[in-house]
Amino acid sequence: MRGFSPTLMDFLMVFVVEPTYFLCGFVISLRRRTRTQQLPLCSAYYQVVCIAIMPDTHALVNDFLNKLKKRKIEGSKTIAKLTAELLRSVISQQRLPNTNQAGALIHAIKTIGEQLTAANPVEVAVGNIVRRVLHIIREEDVSLTTASIGGLNLQGLSDDEDDNPLVSAASAAAAARITLRPPSLQTLIEDIPPHSAAAAVAVHHSSSSAGDSEDKTKSTDKSSRSRKLKHNVIEAVNELIQDIATCHELIAEQAVEHIHHNEVILTLGSSGTVIEFLCAAKEKKRSFRVFVAEGAPRYQGHTLAKELVARGLQTTVITDSAVFAMISRVNMVIVGAHAVMANGGVIAPVGLNMVALAAQRHAVPFVVLAGIHKLCPLYPHNPEVLLNELKSPSELLNFGEMSDCMDFGTGTGSPLLHVVNPAFDYVPPKLVSLFITDTGGHNPSYMYRLIADYYSADDLVLQQRPTS
Amino acid sequence: MLLSRVSFESSEDVEDEHVVESSILAVVKNKPTETMGAKKGGKTVDDVEDILHVPLKAILLADSFDTKFCPITLERPKVLLPIVNTPMIDYTLAWLESANVVEVLVVCCSHSKQIVDYLDKSKWVNRPEFSVTTIESHYCTSAGEALRLIYQNNLINGDFILISGDTVSNMVLTEALEEHKQRRQKDSKAVMTMVIKQSKPSQITRQTRLGTDALFIAIDSSTKQLLYYNDSLKRSLSLDKTFLAENSSVSSHNDKQDCYIDICSYEVLSLFNENFDYGHLRDLVKGVLGDEVSGCKIYTHEIHSDYAARVDNFRSYDSISKDIIQRWTYPFVPDVQFSTNHPTNRERQGIYRASEISQSCSAEIGPFTYIGKGTSIGDKTVVLNSVIGDGCKIGGGVLIDGCYIWNNVTIEDGCKLKQAILCDGVVMRSGSVLEPGVVLSSNVVVGPKIVVPAYSKVSLQPQPVEQDSDDELEYADDNSETLHTVNTVENGYSSSERELSEIGIGGRGFVWSKSEVDREEEWRHSVAPIPESKLIELTHKVFDEQDSDDESDEEPPTFEKEIEATFLRGVRKKIKEEDILLEINSLRFLYNMASENCASALFYAMMKLALDSPHNSPANLVKNANDVITRWGSLLKPYLRGIDDEIEVIMKFEEMCTENGKEFAPLFVQIMHLLYDKDIIQEEAFLNWANEKEQADESDKVFVKQSETFIQWLNEASEEED
Repeated sequence: MRGFSPTLMDFLMVFVVEPTYFLCGFVISLRRRTRTQQLPLCSAYYQVVCIAIMPDTHALVNDFLNKLKKRKIEGSKTIAKLTAELLRSVISQQRLPNTNQAGALIHAIKTIGEQLTAANPVEVAVGNIVRRVLHIIREEDVSLTTASIGGLNLQGLSDDEDDNPLVSAASAAAAARITLRPPSLQTLIEDIPPHSAAAAVAVHHSSSSAGDSEDKTKSTDKSSRSRKLKHNVIEAVNELIQDIATCHELIAEQAVEHIHHNEVILTLGSSGTVIEFLCAAKEKKRSFRVFVAEGAPRYQGHTLAKELVARGLQTTVITDSAVFAMISRVNMVIVGAHAVMANGGVIAPVGLNMVALAAQRHAVPFVVLAGIHKLCPLYPHNPEVLLNELKSPSELLNFGEMSDCMDFGTGTGSPLLHVVNPAFDYVPPKLVSLFITDTGGHNPSYMYRLIADYYSADDLVLQQRPTS
Repeated sequence: MLLSRVSFESSEDVEDEHVVESSILAVVKNKPTETMGAKKGGKTVDDVEDILHVPLKAILLADSFDTKFCPITLERPKVLLPIVNTPMIDYTLAWLESANVVEVLVVCCSHSKQIVDYLDKSKWVNRPEFSVTTIESHYCTSAGEALRLIYQNNLINGDFILISGDTVSNMVLTEALEEHKQRRQKDSKAVMTMVIKQSKPSQITRQTRLGTDALFIAIDSSTKQLLYYNDSLKRSLSLDKTFLAENSSVSSHNDKQDCYIDICSYEVLSLFNENFDYGHLRDLVKGVLGDEVSGCKIYTHEIHSDYAARVDNFRSYDSISKDIIQRWTYPFVPDVQFSTNHPTNRERQGIYRASEISQSCSAEIGPFTYIGKGTSIGDKTVVLNSVIGDGCKIGGGVLIDGCYIWNNVTIEDGCKLKQAILCDGVVMRSGSVLEPGVVLSSNVVVGPKIVVPAYSKVSLQPQPVEQDSDDELEYADDNSETLHTVNTVENGYSSSERELSEIGIGGRGFVWSKSEVDREEEWRHSVAPIPESKLIELTHKVFDEQDSDDESDEEPPTFEKEIEATFLRGVRKKIKEEDILLEINSLRFLYNMASENCASALFYAMMKLALDSPHNSPANLVKNANDVITRWGSLLKPYLRGIDDEIEVIMKFEEMCTENGKEFAPLFVQIMHLLYDKDIIQEEAFLNWANEKEQADESDKVFVKQSETFIQWLNEASEEED
């Protein structure tokens, strides 16, 4: 059985992924087919028939796609929340086949996720949530499988086929974990080769469920399992939505540990998390001062200052260009982020790289607050360009005032004036002192590990390879 | 619906009685309301709530109704022409969708079939909450007719947005809509809100960056009501005095650009229906402003940070393309997939690349460039400031600067292209050159090593015969169009022999010839920047105009100049004194001058002549003056009728000595003496002049003091006589 190497896994996965029937349209024919024909699972033709999204979810998806494309929704938290809610309704309305439900669900979510991430690649929160949901599905599936396998093995050890190794429920569960997580120190010590173990589980799963003798007992089990999987997944997604909603509070709870009496805090632009964080410290009777860099060209720092003053905090507004001059008086820089990459680098509102460099020069701690939904499992490549958005220059300049500079009728005809208005900065991990997430404070170098807890390595790439 | 109509009619009647007391006025005023009220239903004050919740509709005119994009528009409707690789209509529709418009009526006239086919295949159909309906009409030759058609078919019954399908905008409409609705609530005659944007016209060319003539508008600065609209202003503007009297606060602008986005009420359609002469969209504006009877009002809404512009001609095509690449139209930029465009990557310096591009390592792609899907670029090719569409094949050693290359264009090795537009399927054989401003319509083939001269337009379609009126150029009905294409297949090939010199061996296409007038104005609307020589020429013209402006401000100098010119001409051509006098007299009447002005001007001219004729010492100058006065002094006689005239002459001379004839200053007395000797000025005049100057400032007395002895001598002489 050791011969069943990862290639077999891939082989199976390919079939799982095969989009024989693609998104709605075929609903009727699908139903008929799945009802009349019970395809044997282990046969060479392992057909996955499933993806039948209800038209209203289709409309929902399209609507959300459209909004993303048109840049109509902004802010990673709102986007994360909307994505999670959208995926929840997709899951709840998804028709599942009798076999390989998890595969079908994953395929459906991946298909949508691919479109969503392509619609606005800069909003990484979308991809994060899609991957989180995929991870949830995998985890729920494995926990259900291990439970059923455990039961099965105890029940019928005798009628095991020749090749099948004896796998105890415990080791199966361990193996299942291994399939979801990259190798860790623990697994190395336990000395179980992760791939073969995973393959063994997979094969065991498929072969046991395919056995003719078990078919009858399993059919009842299956229908309950199908409901259970969906139910569990939706439950978990609900938790995720809850987590996104409450991440501010969880982060803010830690404020007292970081902000001390008579300190000076510097921040740039505006972030909901930062407001909550500072106010939480204030509520705990800490008295401190806040320097707010206004964050040109959107000047969100002004709204932040307003908010802070309303809550009774001593606030000083400075221009972005005064950050370096002021940084020597600052005890800590606390900022929000747009996204945190796997290497600990931060995609943040424009201007923060400068602040981070200034903080490093004066050895001021640079603290980034980020809800866990901002954690992106990807490593950045050329983030200044690829993970950036150039907004309209009209935020900087008045087109009418400058219109004579852009008269292409005179001169050489080539534009001499170019206005660049990037939305984000990339702050490299070496400039970040600490991340505060809803699970606590972390070092930038620990980010990859945190990511392993929340995402499955299989989902890093959402694009589905075309099958031959 | 019927019921509500009736009830509104009655309520309107009541209101009219309230408002208008005089019965005569009421009749006049009722006229437009009758027609409107009958059909339009609840758009009066009562029904404000309804107005606010009526789903927003838009009329999109998918035809430019002009020939500025000829010859391209002979084969393809203007709205489907790509701008940065996306058809213009997609920009307009994407904007309408983002502005929460629910229903769009697309009025297709010329090439309607192409537009309908395109829309059917596009993603704009089958959208929830955004419906695109096409209306085909082959008869319409103007925007007015298209709107009349909509009116007659009763397709619109509320507020709507009137826009042409070649508008690029990212404007947020809510504010303007809100303003419009609030005004409507107060005044049902506020029929339209026009969107304007600041844009400074060039001082030299007197046109905006979009290549349109500078617009002059006057707005009531408090209510934003449009009071005056003139888009074809040449040099000066005259406003009626009553215009200023009637309106308390008028602000006039020449730095505003008409965005051609109008928020209209239903009445606009009926206005178009009533006035058969309204063709162009802005005829309505001018009509309404000129017509005080209907009482309709047009308001403006200025946008600041938002972008809106209409592709009117090739120059605006160029400008708007560059604005899009520079992201002023965000989010409608190439790397955002707002319509059916391909995924595109944005790189540094404003370079956009779609997928599947094969590019040689040695090729250089400059900033602000768009390269479409599946395009290949050969060795050592340089691309600057250009847009290259999908599936183009560009060879090696090609220079592309500021060009707009559409899809599936083939450019062979060594071609040089500057500021040209190449439509779909154009082939350029190796070594050919396009000079600035060239337009190659679809499928034209340019033979090897051919230089296409600047501003040429080449098309497979033969140029229509001159007798066709402009309107018919583009709107030839479908039958004649097919005829054209039949001809083209034959002619396209035969042309290779006939027009061999122009397009080269194996070339296909007709070079459109231009009338003299058109050629003169070609630079205005071309994609190419205005050549430097032209700019210099225009600058001189502007300065000249300014100079003449200064002169016209003060009339006497002109008069003096004319007198001087006449005098000098007389001197040069030895014209008889009587004739010169005749001319001076006519000038005098022309400018309505007194005789003293003539005398002083004439004297000034004489002295000038003396000054200008060669001399090397003051004595010589005096001699010159003496000669002139002896020769021409008699001319002065008729104008020196009294002491006052003579004093005027002295004063003039005094002025001359201090200003532009300083050489005379030390000779003042000698000249005075001369005048006395020649009996031109009498001693009384001198004495009076001296007396007058007694009270003057010290600085004014310089010459009086100088001539003290002379005056004294005169005094003594007169006493002696006594």
